[in-house]
Amino acid sequence: MAQIEIKNVAKRFGSYQALHDINLTIQDQEFMVLLGASGCGKTTLLRIIAGLETATVGEVSIGGRRVDHLAPKDRGIAMVFQNYAVFPHLTVFENIGFGLRMKKLPNDEVKGRVERTAELMHIEQLLKRYSGELSGGQRQRVAVARALAMEPDVILMDEPLSNLDALLRMEMRAELKGVLAESNTTAIYVTHDQVEAMSMADRISVMHQGEIVQAASPIEVYRNPAAEFVAGFIGNPPMNFLPAAPAGEGKWSVAGQVMDGPSSGKPLKFAIRPEDMRPADEGLTATAKVVEPLGAHLLITCEVQGSMFRAVLDSDMSVKPGDQLTLAPQPDRMRWFDPDTTLAVA
Amino acid sequence: MTAVTTDAVTTDTRRAGRWVYGSAVVLLCAWVIVPLYFLLINTLSAPETVNSFPKPFIPEFDLGSLTFFANFAGMLTALKNSILVAGLTMIMSIVIGAPAGYALSRFDFYGKELFRLLILLTRAFPLPLLALPLAVMFIQTGLDDTVFGLALVHTTLAIPFAVLITFALFSGIPLELEEAAWTLGCTRLTAFSKVVLPLILPGITASAIFAFVISWNEVFAAAVLTIENRTLTAFLLQNLDTSPLHLKFAGGFILVVPALIFIFAVRKYLFAMWGIANR
Amino acid sequence: MNARLLPYVLILPVTLFLCLFFLYPFLLVSKQAFSTGAGFTLDNFREVTGYWKFPITMRNTLLLAAAVVPIQLALALLMATMVNKMKKGRDLVLYVWTIPLGISDLAAGIIWLAIFDQSGFLNSMMNGLGLVDKPVNLLTFQNPGIVFLAIMLAEIWRATAIMLVILVAGIGLIPKEYYEAAEVFGASPWKRFLRITLPLLRPSLQTALVLRVILAFEIFAVVAALGGTLFPVLMGETYAYQFDLLNSGAAAALALIILAISIAFTLIILRVLRVPKGATI
Repeated sequence: MAQIEIKNVAKRFGSYQALHDINLTIQDQEFMVLLGASGCGKTTLLRIIAGLETATVGEVSIGGRRVDHLAPKDRGIAMVFQNYAVFPHLTVFENIGFGLRMKKLPNDEVKGRVERTAELMHIEQLLKRYSGELSGGQRQRVAVARALAMEPDVILMDEPLSNLDALLRMEMRAELKGVLAESNTTAIYVTHDQVEAMSMADRISVMHQGEIVQAASPIEVYRNPAAEFVAGFIGNPPMNFLPAAPAGEGKWSVAGQVMDGPSSGKPLKFAIRPEDMRPADEGLTATAKVVEPLGAHLLITCEVQGSMFRAVLDSDMSVKPGDQLTLAPQPDRMRWFDPDTTLAVA
Repeated sequence: MTAVTTDAVTTDTRRAGRWVYGSAVVLLCAWVIVPLYFLLINTLSAPETVNSFPKPFIPEFDLGSLTFFANFAGMLTALKNSILVAGLTMIMSIVIGAPAGYALSRFDFYGKELFRLLILLTRAFPLPLLALPLAVMFIQTGLDDTVFGLALVHTTLAIPFAVLITFALFSGIPLELEEAAWTLGCTRLTAFSKVVLPLILPGITASAIFAFVISWNEVFAAAVLTIENRTLTAFLLQNLDTSPLHLKFAGGFILVVPALIFIFAVRKYLFAMWGIANR
Repeated sequence: MNARLLPYVLILPVTLFLCLFFLYPFLLVSKQAFSTGAGFTLDNFREVTGYWKFPITMRNTLLLAAAVVPIQLALALLMATMVNKMKKGRDLVLYVWTIPLGISDLAAGIIWLAIFDQSGFLNSMMNGLGLVDKPVNLLTFQNPGIVFLAIMLAEIWRATAIMLVILVAGIGLIPKEYYEAAEVFGASPWKRFLRITLPLLRPSLQTALVLRVILAFEIFAVVAALGGTLFPVLMGETYAYQFDLLNSGAAAALALIILAISIAFTLIILRVLRVPKGATI
């Protein structure tokens, strides 16, 4: 059982506030992804959980035990680093067995565990090699195997796939997810890649400027972003925004079109995903500016009353730059945000 | 037609350029090696040949000069002193300097810039001059004319280099490796001994050799601070006016040999060391 | 151990050591220079600078530095660019060129003595070529020019390597793209050297020059081996005050004068070759 609890954690580096009052509970065996742009504090938070960084204030508990004053080695964690940190002076075998040797496990147990994890990560034929003789992908596997061999309660991963090329990354993504699901460990995974986050996570914590903006399941984060930042960050291309003016109770005027929306006294922002727009007889009038065929779809960048607006349409449509389009939003996919708080309005 | 001519001209100038380049390289190599070769001839010739005229341009492989050197009163003691002082300097400068190099590469701490300034200041300072007041201080403390006392001064000379070089070396080892060791059950100390030390050992050896040579070559402080327990350099300097040529040359040769080995041993590190010692 | 205290614990030995053997003796030498037993005085300086040999000594030291350092700089730059282009045999050539780095000034003096000595190789060569029929004593007070030349050559031979190493390291840090970009814009090799190598090499040039100039003012053993008393220099005079004249006050004053010159030149070099903030590689 290793539930992780983070209470009121904040971190300052000199005058720079890297984390503001973070509260987060990660369930036992959950795969939690910390997602955000560089500098959002996700790595700092991970390092605080690992014990590589000390929080300025706040508590961290793992499995119900306060760990904030323990050294990394006493926290029951294992970590996979961005640059793998495979020790260059040791063989793959000794790398994977490093932590077990530090625990002073008997030789044959070390051997057994190393071989088992190596097999799990498909690197059993590399055990005698040194780090310099391995490819990036192989080093990555060694780093994961080294963490798994510890049989930790919690495994922490800091952008472990970011140094791999695109194809390998996709392959490792699926494999990592499978291996971790089988190992029954709680996992915290830091990435800036939303595809990675969406495809691997049980839950995603979207971070921005040292705060967690939303912590929810991938589909929830995608469908119901809690704030403008999440809506703009998740999804490629991101959500479209248009100003909405009140037009009576529950009615809003968006680019000259009246739509149903929440009741609110002040102007809101209307938001819609590009793929949730359909050509229709009645709707928003858009002028196509750039047309990008993406194979299955067409990505059309257009202008709606002076605002930039993107739509993803079927690729059998023929659209040229300069064409006038009439596009209607799918009613159940329309979202509304308060421009002052930037939060979603239901 | 014209195109062909210009082509021919450019190949010609290029060939000429390459020829000039090649001969310049050879010439500069000769500039370094030939004087050393002359010293070798003198060392490996009988004392009579060394003092005769004209000189042969090939060594006669006679060990007379070296034997004379070895039998010259006080010379072997001086050689022993030189080795002792240099050895002590080597050990002290690494033991004292390496922790500071580690601190500079791994921590941000208040006063770091001041500390760096102190180190750089020490390097840009005619340090042997400080042997003068130290001579007085050493007499008061009983360190005068001792191998240890001189080693202390030579350590002061070597320490800025030891700190800067080990700083460069430690900076070359990603912090991530140490952190990985911490998460795998190491304390700061075991992570250092199991991960950092094995990786850094060759570099440390190189900088230790560097410290050895700094001490081995130092003349002024050695001459000021020792009277009975002279080092080789101090001894040779002291007897420059009176000693015969073959003694000077044999002594010079003994001084040069470690230098050749030293440069060969640390050649891989020479540039890395200076590249970062710049900043 | 407390992580906050650890760095201080680690730098403590060096700091203590340097305080005891660098800062403290520095204070001592200053005190000694400014006192003759009772109170503050400039007598030591007056005595040192008033001595008839002082202007000669000063002139010799500065002249030597002025003759040696520019040649070394040019030579080191030339060698560094040559090595930079080299594909085959780079390591061997670099090894050979850096050998003098490990050779002491005393040994260098002795090596060049083997050449310039009366029975030395220069005389032997001149004899072989039929230029002289009996050995000429070159290193005498009748030939101050030759003494100067011998010392100069020995210094250039010995101490160019230190500049070479610093400059090679510095050139290695300049990204190749800059040269390629300049070549695309039509810069000749010479222009590339002037417009890219030299300006980007400024930090290395600074270090190399500062180290070299300071060492040039400290010149001592080369001169002792080759010129003896024929060519007095500042450091040699300091040694003489301490040992032959047993006047440590004067020795201290002279030491401070050397120090002042070194610092002045260091500041000048740093100023002339300063790198504008943000213009680093």
